[in-house]
Amino acid sequence: MDALIEKLKGQIIEQLNLAEVKPEDINPEAPLFGDGLGLDSIDALELIVLLEKYYGIKIQDPKDGKTIFQSVKTMAEYIKSQGKA
Amino acid sequence: MNTIISYAHIKHNQIAVNGKVVLHLPNKSYTEFLTEAYKSLQLSYPKFYKMDAQCKLAFLAMEFACKDNHFLTENDLSKTAIVFSNSSASLETDQVHQNSINDKQNYFPSPAVFVYTLPNITIGEIAIRHHITGENAFFVSPQFNGKLLTNYIHLLTQTNTEAVVGGWINSDNNTYEAFIFLVQNVENLNKNSIFKPLNQTSITNLYNQTSWMH
Amino acid sequence: MISAIGNNVQECFQSLAQSKTGIGKINHLSTRHKDDFVAGEVKLSNEQLAQLVGDANPALNRNSYLAMLAAKEAVVHSGIKPNDGKRTGVISSTTVAGMGKTELYYKNLLEDAEHLYVLDTHDCGDSTERIADYLGNVDYVTTISTACSSAANAIMLGSRMIKHGLLDRAIVGGVDALSKFTFNGFNTLMILDKEWCKPFDENRKGLNLGEGAAFLVIEGEQALKERGGKALAEVVGYSNTNDAHHQTASSPDGYGATLAIQQALEMSGLTPAEIDYINMHGTGTPNNDASESMATKTVFGNNVPKFSSTKAFTGHTLAAAASIEAVISVLSIQNDMIFPNLNFSTPITDTQLVPETELVKTPVNTVLSNSFGFGGNCSSLIFKKVKA
Repeated sequence: MDALIEKLKGQIIEQLNLAEVKPEDINPEAPLFGDGLGLDSIDALELIVLLEKYYGIKIQDPKDGKTIFQSVKTMAEYIKSQGKA
Repeated sequence: MNTIISYAHIKHNQIAVNGKVVLHLPNKSYTEFLTEAYKSLQLSYPKFYKMDAQCKLAFLAMEFACKDNHFLTENDLSKTAIVFSNSSASLETDQVHQNSINDKQNYFPSPAVFVYTLPNITIGEIAIRHHITGENAFFVSPQFNGKLLTNYIHLLTQTNTEAVVGGWINSDNNTYEAFIFLVQNVENLNKNSIFKPLNQTSITNLYNQTSWMH
Repeated sequence: MISAIGNNVQECFQSLAQSKTGIGKINHLSTRHKDDFVAGEVKLSNEQLAQLVGDANPALNRNSYLAMLAAKEAVVHSGIKPNDGKRTGVISSTTVAGMGKTELYYKNLLEDAEHLYVLDTHDCGDSTERIADYLGNVDYVTTISTACSSAANAIMLGSRMIKHGLLDRAIVGGVDALSKFTFNGFNTLMILDKEWCKPFDENRKGLNLGEGAAFLVIEGEQALKERGGKALAEVVGYSNTNDAHHQTASSPDGYGATLAIQQALEMSGLTPAEIDYINMHGTGTPNNDASESMATKTVFGNNVPKFSSTKAFTGHTLAAAASIEAVISVLSIQNDMIFPNLNFSTPITDTQLVPETELVKTPVNTVLSNSFGFGGNCSSLIFKKVKA
């Protein structure tokens, strides 16, 4: 799980062009949206692309992102639950 | 009278404000130049990194153009217009998006790329950054057209618009140029003022007279 | 006007009056998403369009065909003579330009000298130049590209240039043909509804893309009088603002839209209560309709005029949308009819606004038409019946 979280952090930083953020700055349990990283709706869509690109997981309804992308941890748990980690 | 109170010009890895080069970063790639120039401003605006090159270019020109004046505080930003122009619309980013949908085996079109496939997103980014909510227009012309911009700005200021951010922002596969000028009403313009009344000749001269470093 | 609901104004009017949508299965655009989505395609192939235009020049693309047909219809209907010595402008708008053709050849263009010509016709100005050539002598040609509000801004620019004596009249409007580029792009934003769009419905899922073109002839009073022409409606208010919120999303409170509507009203000298009908932007995306509803409530309070979005007829035609809806607004004034908002059943919980869902016959003297685009670009136009 921890390895997956670390891998995800790197992928998120790359996919979302978070140039000023380092992996250690991201608390895996902190909310991804809202104040933390300053992510917006386009970033949520980019995270959907990320899941498909690296994990072969397709999300059809962007609303599902709300629960999956709460934090890096929930993302990792979701990937595991899909048997893709 | 519609008066040009400040302008910034970016080209050849240099940034000039009111005709004088204030930042020169030789031997950098276009991308490196944009990032270094942004860092020189010491801002905290992480959205910068998500923009396409053309928006970054416009962002920088705007920051430099309004750095040492009161344009953003003196004017009613709900009556401040943005009028930009260029020759390539959003072609550079259009190509990136097109390439991402061409390859069936590697088909991952990016929403963050697609949003930049419109030239007026360049205006949007400036509007968001400075909360400028007046009128916008984006014109595509073969080269910088002082007449078009001047006429349009004069038209705007006869109705609801009080101040204008005008510009030529062209980013096309490593050929790039940004020229942003700020226009507001100045009464009783002093003959010795560094401000210039806006007309076709004055704006074209300012555009052509930047003394670039060699 | 040419769109999914008809190849000319009369046909479009018939569809509107009969609640007949033009949105359906994709037939002409070649895309792998063909069976996944519905769209508002113009029901003619490129070959049929070329025939209607009467020009077999391979450099013409779907965008140009649509633009030329609609512009010609507008000019013929207006009765103006392009070479009568009056200063005439062509102000068009497009977002996708020649992309539909370019994307067919782009991948192999370096080895494919035969199709290199598509590069010459790719730019946004191309279709405008074609209209100008097709119509004959014109004095001023320009193209505006501000996403989905483009044609509203073309109408504004034309009106202004006439008002300030720079032109006697202007042929204004917009065009966008469907392309894979657009489909794939909107798909990445996940704002396409796979079924018919449901503007202003609580359960709306997104928009349907459409294509088309519409042009209007705007003439100064003097020039109109001189030739004894008759106006269909008057442009009495316009405004353009920026929402300054996000690249593509509208602000939750509809700030830019509110500002645009208020300023257009101010210019027209009309009070909110004097607006008879609002032709909404109403794309059917969760974001737009919520934001536009908020703006509408802010301006009109509890007295929201009758309103509808006609995008469930035509699909969202992007740069052409505002001119297609300007024609629909004029049709509404001419015929004293309000066209229905199709596919609506449940109002949005927060705002509870209910659009007209059936054809309404009622006096229509004033119409407000909204068009909002990516980049925060918000435009509102107000049309008024000309006193007899």
